Amino acid sequence: MATESEAFWLHAGATVTIDELSTASGLTVMEIRELVEYGALTPVGEVTFSATCVACVRQAARLQRDLELEIPALALVLSFLERIETLELEVRKLTSKPR
Amino acid sequence: MKYKDYYAILGVQRGASADEIKKAYRKAAQKHHPDVSKEAGAEEKFKEVAEAYQTLKDPEKRAAYDQLGTGFREGEEFRPPPDWGERFHFRQGNGEAFSFDDLDLDLGDLFESLRGGARQAGRQRPIPGQDYEATIHLTLDEAHRGTEIDLAFEKPVKVRIPKGAADGQRLRLRGQGGKGINGGRDGDLYLNIVLHPHSLFRTSGHDLYLDLPLAPWEAALGATVEVPTLDGRVALKIPPDTAAGRKLRLARKGLAKPGGGEGDLYAVVQIVNPTVLGTRERSLFEELAKASRFDPRAHFAAEKSHGD
Repeated sequence: MATESEAFWLHAGATVTIDELSTASGLTVMEIRELVEYGALTPVGEVTFSATCVACVRQAARLQRDLELEIPALALVLSFLERIETLELEVRKLTSKPR
Repeated sequence: MKYKDYYAILGVQRGASADEIKKAYRKAAQKHHPDVSKEAGAEEKFKEVAEAYQTLKDPEKRAAYDQLGTGFREGEEFRPPPDWGERFHFRQGNGEAFSFDDLDLDLGDLFESLRGGARQAGRQRPIPGQDYEATIHLTLDEAHRGTEIDLAFEKPVKVRIPKGAADGQRLRLRGQGGKGINGGRDGDLYLNIVLHPHSLFRTSGHDLYLDLPLAPWEAALGATVEVPTLDGRVALKIPPDTAAGRKLRLARKGLAKPGGGEGDLYAVVQIVNPTVLGTRERSLFEELAKASRFDPRAHFAAEKSHGD
């Protein structure tokens, strides 16, 4: 059974290090740095990122591996995924209005 | 063991070039990838084409597969030729040879074990456990207070969801994924939280919004009304001359946040008339209509008319 200390909310107030992001996504630190260069990822510190990016980076990395994408395509996929996530959340907010 | 027709799965001829195989795979993968396709069964279909590609893209694995011949149909029970296992050195994760008499043996697992030259040296290499992902639905109360849920991957697990959830937020549970092999770390479990719509509250991050209906006289004269929150009812003071649409903030009455604190609750004022007027109510409204100089549409006059 999980204890609470093992549970970690990936919320806007939390950060992950570049190494944690690499472990979580399977991307190398070099590849993550390239994503930063392409503007698909914005670090919040020297080598830290907002924890909210973890899910999208994992999904993009899966697509890169399975569809054999180059890094520029991975960067594009990642920025689209983040946009879709933001929009889907917005739609859910609007449609969850009571009554 | 069941035969799998990897060429048919990818839709290519047996003599297809490496390039044709790659193209066929990429086309099928783009269509069926579970992160892209929302169709039922997409994941199984994708796994099938990925397995076919993993075998056919590798010249050594493809040669071994081709040795099985063309005598079998998809899904047919079969046994490989007698010297086949010897020639290709199939080894399980623990280094032991496979037994081809094993009926549960999977052709894909077999080819998975043929990992180029690394297979000898890499046998004891630590392999991290698989990460798991799931979407779970919580009520606002469950999100606010935390809860326990049952999930089933390889085996059933009880997972404690700490308080602090918001709609669309993710929770990572370290080590709750698949078991690592040869000392590799255990995988993590990622949960995507979706909040059920509530009959009264809607959420924006950890803030809550509540529609607050007021009678015209409550809005005009001010009042103290009871409003529901996730922690029970509280008294809310309505200032006099409150307009419809005004947001009254109840600090820290929203959802619990990760790491402490709470969001706010906003009561959004709606002004509601009685649906049926009693005689006395009607006459009081009539009196008000005569006495009042209030013009709620004054701004219409200021607007330049376009029709004339």
